[in-house]
Amino acid sequence: MGTLFCDRVRAIAGVVFQVVLGIVKDAVRQGSTRLFMRMHVLMLIAVLVLVSVFAFGIGHSRAEAMTCPRHSLPQYHGQCAALATFLPGLVVVALWGALESPFALILALDRLAETPLSPLAAAEGHFLTAEIQALAAGHGSRKDPALMMAAQHYAELRQTGFVLMAVLAVGASLGGWALAWRRLTPACRARNSIEHALKIFMILCATLAVLTTVGIVVSLVFESWRFFNHVSLMDFLFGLEWSPQMAIRADQVGASGAFGAVPLFAGTLLIAGIAMMVAVPVGLFTAIYTAEYAAPRFRALVKPLLEILAGIPTVVYGFFAALTVAPFLRDTGAALGVAISSESALAAGGVMGIMIIPFVSSLADDVMIAVPKALREGSLGLGATRSETIRHVVLPAALPGIVGGILLAASRAIGETMIVVMAAGLSAKLTANPFTAVTTVTVQIVTLLVGDQEFDSPKTLAAFALGLVLFVATLFLNVIALQVVRRYRQQYD
Amino acid sequence: MTDTKTSSLVPSAVYDRLRRRRAAERRFRFYGLAAVGLALMMLVFLFVSIVRQGYSAFTEHVITLTVALDPAVIDPEGRRNSQSLSSADYQRLVRESLAALFPDVTERAERRLLFGLLSSGASHRLRDVVMREPARIGTTVVIETPLDDDADRFLKGLVSPDVPESERRIKDRQIVWLKALHAGGGIHNRFNTTLFTAGDSREPELAGILGAVVGSFYLMLTTVVLSFPIGVAAAVYLEEFAPRNRFTDLIEVNINNLAAVPSVVFGLLGLAIFLDFFGLPRSASLVGGLVLSLIILPTIIIAARAALKAVPPSIREAALGVGASKMQSILHHVLPLAVPGIMTGTIIGMAHALGESAPLLVIGMVAFIVDVPVTPLDPTTVLPVQIYLWADSAERAFVERTAAAIMVLLIFLIAMNALAVIIRKKFERQW
Repeated sequence: MGTLFCDRVRAIAGVVFQVVLGIVKDAVRQGSTRLFMRMHVLMLIAVLVLVSVFAFGIGHSRAEAMTCPRHSLPQYHGQCAALATFLPGLVVVALWGALESPFALILALDRLAETPLSPLAAAEGHFLTAEIQALAAGHGSRKDPALMMAAQHYAELRQTGFVLMAVLAVGASLGGWALAWRRLTPACRARNSIEHALKIFMILCATLAVLTTVGIVVSLVFESWRFFNHVSLMDFLFGLEWSPQMAIRADQVGASGAFGAVPLFAGTLLIAGIAMMVAVPVGLFTAIYTAEYAAPRFRALVKPLLEILAGIPTVVYGFFAALTVAPFLRDTGAALGVAISSESALAAGGVMGIMIIPFVSSLADDVMIAVPKALREGSLGLGATRSETIRHVVLPAALPGIVGGILLAASRAIGETMIVVMAAGLSAKLTANPFTAVTTVTVQIVTLLVGDQEFDSPKTLAAFALGLVLFVATLFLNVIALQVVRRYRQQYD
Repeated sequence: MTDTKTSSLVPSAVYDRLRRRRAAERRFRFYGLAAVGLALMMLVFLFVSIVRQGYSAFTEHVITLTVALDPAVIDPEGRRNSQSLSSADYQRLVRESLAALFPDVTERAERRLLFGLLSSGASHRLRDVVMREPARIGTTVVIETPLDDDADRFLKGLVSPDVPESERRIKDRQIVWLKALHAGGGIHNRFNTTLFTAGDSREPELAGILGAVVGSFYLMLTTVVLSFPIGVAAAVYLEEFAPRNRFTDLIEVNINNLAAVPSVVFGLLGLAIFLDFFGLPRSASLVGGLVLSLIILPTIIIAARAALKAVPPSIREAALGVGASKMQSILHHVLPLAVPGIMTGTIIGMAHALGESAPLLVIGMVAFIVDVPVTPLDPTTVLPVQIYLWADSAERAFVERTAAAIMVLLIFLIAMNALAVIIRKKFERQW
């Protein structure tokens, strides 16, 4: 049913497009339209803006010239006119941008189907579209006459389509202006309209956050689903072997394309674990010192200094880990008789730990400061030392906040990319030895995607499946952390 | 306190316990101080190690050559048009002028070693001179041209002559020549302008960060143009207009969660939506800017909301009281007062975006690009990605340039953060 429906839509759309095209074509073919055709979309938008500015000026002066009392200030009348002029044109341009290329392609493919090449076209439809687009852009490789013709047809269609759209857009703009012109009376509530439009814009902006999340989830789930058509979910989640090199030929040896992600999960946890082992004790004791012992001036000095650690770009840490810490560890290991790989998990994890110290210390410091003074004084009054007070009173009271901070830091460690890309290596080994090279989820995402690949090969799609796992894991940690922190805040506020 | 120790009424076990507790207290306090010290030491160590590795890249050794512009070599047919001038064999001229300094080097292998001291950029430099002033053909010109990176590193003392000859790239013969040239004043050390005026190159001595800096600039421009208005509008809506309902709660939870999503996931989003679905050009700063604006949008929204919240309600009420509409009270009064806070948050978000590289790798902004971009649609590289690419290079001379590029990046970041602090300090108001 689906294909039949599609065919019908295509046929109807084709007829409509052809008729309109016939009308426009004559206009285009005749004479001095060349410059017009080359006009870029941006220039068209510039023209729309220009017309809108005119509309504003004229609306403003017309409102100013009114003698009877008017509802809104002239500037609002001007803005109203400008908006009514600009928006219709913009909508036309946006619609054209979304629909134009596939339409022209369908028609070009139809033209191709009429030529003797058609069996081939049926065999590799998807490939042909790319080829036609490349040829039309002037850098295709296949010089098949039928293809060339289709490409030329495609290019022509696009050009005429653009001219048509430009005429439509400017027409819509002028129409909008005409409507606004008629509405411009002293009673017109121009300010209310403008404020309403502004509010809608604000709501759209706020919704963008939701749209981003939806976009992330949809793109990850959709591409992962395509990946799981090639590789089963169980093999991916519980498989013990990771070697994403796909065989180019069927009889090739050693390129099986195994997508068992357990070694990646293990490597990620190992490196993140090392990072947490550095960051949690150092961060926690730092927070204890700055919140409980340090003089206010010392705290005011040290806290921003520590936060520099979180502000340094991760690529800098990557460089530090790969070219300073890793060689140092390797040489130290060699001197002690321990074999430490030059891309050890220890170097990457340790440096990552330094980076996330402020994530732990900053939040822990905040929540410890927020613990009411009365609790501390009660404990000290009973004769406890300061450290006993901290350990038995302040820390338990602040624990939810501290745990929240640690969870946020852990999610940061799991999702961290550049340090591990530069310092952790690529070998997917299932090991708990911190002196060897391991690989992580993020490293594999980057390695799978760097370099030109077919977008629908399992190798590329695997990156999206890994991204989905990463997204779900960090989301889980974040939600728990935010929940814990929020509950804590409510307790004392 | 301690003098009561002599009292025999209290059993000594109590004092032992007290002593232990005080020792534990001192230990605990020491751990805290040690942790602070350790963290700060790491920071210092990081900076020191980068400066130590990178300071040498800010100078370069150049060799002064006197080149005879032989018309028979440059333009034997005497056409003097730009095509014949640009394709002439300048390398031969440069090499001959160097060989003239060492007339005793005649053997082929030795001559190749000698010419290895010169950067391949020398002939380009000579060509530029000739193209600019074709009238000088037939005369002699004096040009300064960078040495090869290995020679440069030796003269900077980064390669020890004690290492066996087979394990270093600069050979004993070359060292003798370099020392002779150095002693004779033919070589001198100067500020490395190439680093700041050139794009990327395969040759370390010809590589610069200008392309990356311009690319980063366009990327920041796109990011701020997109994310600032959207972020402020979203914040104003959420803080001033939004009713408390499930939808606005959803938006809020979303914003908080997005702030903690790994940036590489945003890269995947950009790859699937902007590149695959919308077909935008790869490697262009426009796409990178789109992705980065999504990344820093939560930061800007959260900062802008905090700034709006800090404006006291009396401002709004006064505006409403003299007849302003709600939108007017916000646009004319509340928002201008919140601008310093919003600016601070935006600058911090931009600093974050400037250092971001993982999502850019995912959307394919890792191409080797020599040309400095002219528009935001040109393929480009950015500073952090340039650092990543150089750090990956096999040539040792790229390591010092990587560290130098890091220093430049850190200087930009420090400047941006300092600006944010200054704005906060200068415009901070107590209501």
